[in-house]
Amino acid sequence: MSTIALHDEHNHDHADHGHHKETLISKYIFSMDHKMIAKQFLITGIIMAVIAMGLSILFRIQLAWPDQNFPFLETFLGKWAEGGRIKPDFYLALVTIHGTIMVFFVLTAGLSGTFSNLLIPLQIGARDMASPFLNMLSYWFFFMACVIMMSSFFIQTGPASGGWTVYPPLSVVAKAMPGSGLGMTLWLISMVLFVASSLMGGINYVSTILNMRTKGMDLWKMPLTIWAFFLTAILGILSFPVLVAGVVLMVFDRSFGTSFYLSDIVMGTDILPNEGGSPILWQHLFWFLGHPEVYIVIMPALGISSEVISVNSRKPIFGYHAMVYSLIGITVLSFIVWGHHMFVTGMNPLLGGVFMITTLIIAVPSAVKTFNYLATLWRGNIRFTPAMLFAIGLVSFFISGGLTGIFLGNASLDINLHDTYFVVAHFHLVMGSAAIFGMLAGVYHWFPKMFGRMMNAKLGYLHFWLTFIAAYLVFFPLHFLGLDGVPRRYYAFTEFEFMKKWLTVNVFVTWAAIMAALAQVAFLFNFFYSIFKGKVSPQNPWESNTLEWTAPVEHLHGNWPGEIPTVYRWPYDYSKPGHDADFIPQTVPFSQTMSSNLPHDFEGNAEAEKIQQDWELANPVAESKG
Amino acid sequence: MSLRKFITNKTTAALAVLITVFANTSVFAQDAAAGAAAAPKVDMGEVYKSVIFYILVFLAVCLFIAIIGKAIKVYELSREAQGKPVGINWNRVHASLFALFLVIGLYGVYWEYTVHGAMLLPDAASEHGKKIDEMFNLTLIITTIVFVVTHILLFGFSYIYKYSAKRKAYYYPHNNTIEKIWTIVPALVLTVLVLMGFLTWRSIFFKVEDPNNKPLQIEVTSEQFKWSIRYPGADGIVGNKNYKLTTATNTLGIDFKDINSRDDEMADEMVLPVGKPVKLILTSKDVIHSFYMPHFRVQLNTVPGMRTIFEFTPTKTTAEMQQETNDPNFKYLFLCAKICGAGHYNMQKVVRVVSEAEYKTWIAEQKTYLNDDLRKQFNLPVAPAPVKSVADSAAKDSAAVKTNQMALNK
Repeated sequence: MSTIALHDEHNHDHADHGHHKETLISKYIFSMDHKMIAKQFLITGIIMAVIAMGLSILFRIQLAWPDQNFPFLETFLGKWAEGGRIKPDFYLALVTIHGTIMVFFVLTAGLSGTFSNLLIPLQIGARDMASPFLNMLSYWFFFMACVIMMSSFFIQTGPASGGWTVYPPLSVVAKAMPGSGLGMTLWLISMVLFVASSLMGGINYVSTILNMRTKGMDLWKMPLTIWAFFLTAILGILSFPVLVAGVVLMVFDRSFGTSFYLSDIVMGTDILPNEGGSPILWQHLFWFLGHPEVYIVIMPALGISSEVISVNSRKPIFGYHAMVYSLIGITVLSFIVWGHHMFVTGMNPLLGGVFMITTLIIAVPSAVKTFNYLATLWRGNIRFTPAMLFAIGLVSFFISGGLTGIFLGNASLDINLHDTYFVVAHFHLVMGSAAIFGMLAGVYHWFPKMFGRMMNAKLGYLHFWLTFIAAYLVFFPLHFLGLDGVPRRYYAFTEFEFMKKWLTVNVFVTWAAIMAALAQVAFLFNFFYSIFKGKVSPQNPWESNTLEWTAPVEHLHGNWPGEIPTVYRWPYDYSKPGHDADFIPQTVPFSQTMSSNLPHDFEGNAEAEKIQQDWELANPVAESKG
Repeated sequence: MSLRKFITNKTTAALAVLITVFANTSVFAQDAAAGAAAAPKVDMGEVYKSVIFYILVFLAVCLFIAIIGKAIKVYELSREAQGKPVGINWNRVHASLFALFLVIGLYGVYWEYTVHGAMLLPDAASEHGKKIDEMFNLTLIITTIVFVVTHILLFGFSYIYKYSAKRKAYYYPHNNTIEKIWTIVPALVLTVLVLMGFLTWRSIFFKVEDPNNKPLQIEVTSEQFKWSIRYPGADGIVGNKNYKLTTATNTLGIDFKDINSRDDEMADEMVLPVGKPVKLILTSKDVIHSFYMPHFRVQLNTVPGMRTIFEFTPTKTTAEMQQETNDPNFKYLFLCAKICGAGHYNMQKVVRVVSEAEYKTWIAEQKTYLNDDLRKQFNLPVAPAPVKSVADSAAKDSAAVKTNQMALNK
């Protein structure tokens, strides 16, 4: 009713969206402004990350000192750590929830949710998302998912504890472990809400990018961040529904007595009635999402680092087209590699061979991206802002973790490495650390855009160096445990003679993990302090070309006062010869930069080329100077 | 100036006093409480003391960092006030740190390869394991080269091309030739790895059976949290199972109506004759487990409702391995590698690889699963089963191969 009237009112000038009365609730809680929603995603993501990191410290303590009591653990955890020792069931719950929170809530929602929401409208020149209401709903579904997931810590039987992949029958048969009771139900509910949130977000991102680009912003003028968010959203839209399908079948198996995943099961001497299902079915459905999911995690981080590296090297990103095509290649290939998680699950060995081929092919676009980053740094003029430090750290982790993927993608090597610490080390480097570093690079880089203030650079430096070193100290030695055949998700390494030699390494790794965790205090303090007390940001603090830095520092609903700027050029004209400044924003037309234009810039537009030639003839001095 | 202000700041001082007072009182309070408490109660005083100690250490470190931060700021501001160039060139600091990180990091990698690399599994003790090890070494060489070179470039470029106001970066948006090269070269290297991996994989899972050297069938059943081993007995065939027959006395649900089951033997450890192919038939009673024998490079999940099969040939006896590793206590073992519940971390059984003769004496001592109780249950005569003729068992053999293949297809 009133919406129509309101809409009419707005028709004449979209710019002053902000004039209708903003209450505390509509501004900070049920906000439909993409910038506020981005901040909500970010802060929720940071809180979840701190929780998940805390959980990891708990189980690292158990792994380092399996025979020692820590009475203060009992103070906090009660019966789950009776006598100051974490119980095996609770240990598995910690591992499970750590994985779930990190993969889904931090690196999917916290990363994509924050930066897609913030940057898509600002970098393509739109007033807001295509559907602000859906956007708000997306955040609140995510928030509910977080609350429900955390609530499972407050129930009698504890949280889900079958690993973040929740393989049935372990997760379906309530008798298999305490966590497969109510905790698992909450896990499933939380996941459904989370997927709904991701889908609403994803649909919004795709429709905004396709429909709402400003004048002149054709697809090949979009920054790589937008390309990455766009392809990530497509991946999510196509793969997340499969997870929901799998989850629904699991709910039926758990609550309504169906047998999709169950067959021939005897718990002790108790024969279950289920017949005809297959636990492998869940693995196929799960990894059909699960593998694209790791690219959903890493691609936005790669997009962010492309932008940050280019800006701070003061150089165009090398091979812009190759970067886009490799992203597209990763997107397409990521749908046909899921079987590499299942080489030794009893899947037909014939399939193993096929999935090995597709898996190793996906290394090619990843290699291209790495080489292009290196080529971008080559002969650059590198400014080491905190964001740039994290972006370089990302490239390093992406290389280290990516290379170990070549071992695991090889089916015959996977026989001995599957489910060992080698896998843990691999994905924590390539997906965990690299994506977190991408996210932190994004936070340091776009903090001024989000809050209008700068973060303290020196604390940022400290944060980077401590985290970077600690992450390598944690994950590099873990490869060797895996190569020695130490399986993951073990409560203690005390029961096997051959694992005892790794106990000292585990103590070392735990101390490194504690150091990494404490280093985050520098970030948290910096982040929250700078929101209120940071130095006020200038308009374009990093001297960047992209569109978001043309919007005023003060936020307004609709992003730009007056008309949305028009885009004339690609976003990577840094250090262009012939131009006085070392950057040319996308909004500067070629007519204002006659001295630096290149024939390539006109994309075969004969008229423009002629104008340029005429100008060059008229200004021979400028020409020779360039 | 501002450093002094910070130290003399009233809030800081008050905070420091408060923390000290709080720490002391709570420590004393804990001591008093611990003294008053009854004897069986755990003395928590020490615990709180150590927790508070660590918190104080952390706060002290934070304070130290804050002081350094302020000192740097004072230095920079004073430089600025005197009109001198900026005090600390952070770009140069980071560039040098990256160079340092590269050098120390590469040494660290070398240290890891030599020290931790020497603590790994011994060479494979199975035929296919040798191929896997070769494949591994090749991959390791290639990836290590790429790892070192890319990191030298990454941190080297970071060091060389640090910011300088005098320079302008080189505008170099693309070069199709270079891009083609670094697409094709990795593609070629990966093709080699894929082909070798594919052939290795096929040689492991698609074996042609040698009629003169039939594999020894052993069935392994997993459940929370133990393994059960079933040897085939004299007929060389592991008999049928049906989970619906599971009872307290017949824990594996063996179907003794199948004549092949009746001579099946149980074993506490897995004993294998060296040099003879072994066909592992893996099943699970409850949840998914993973049968993992790291020394033999064997791993396959055990899945309820499905038989999975892994065939391999052990090549070194336990005694030989004890000599090779210089460890008289060395034992082969298999363990669970797939999360399966609270006892997942301790599901192991010993594997002994022995000579053919030793194996024969050992297997003769093993008891059959079929006992008098079970005979009654299955309405079988309570008398030893008659010895079957050789021809009879050979005929059964081929029939069993057929059923196994069907099981694999399922």
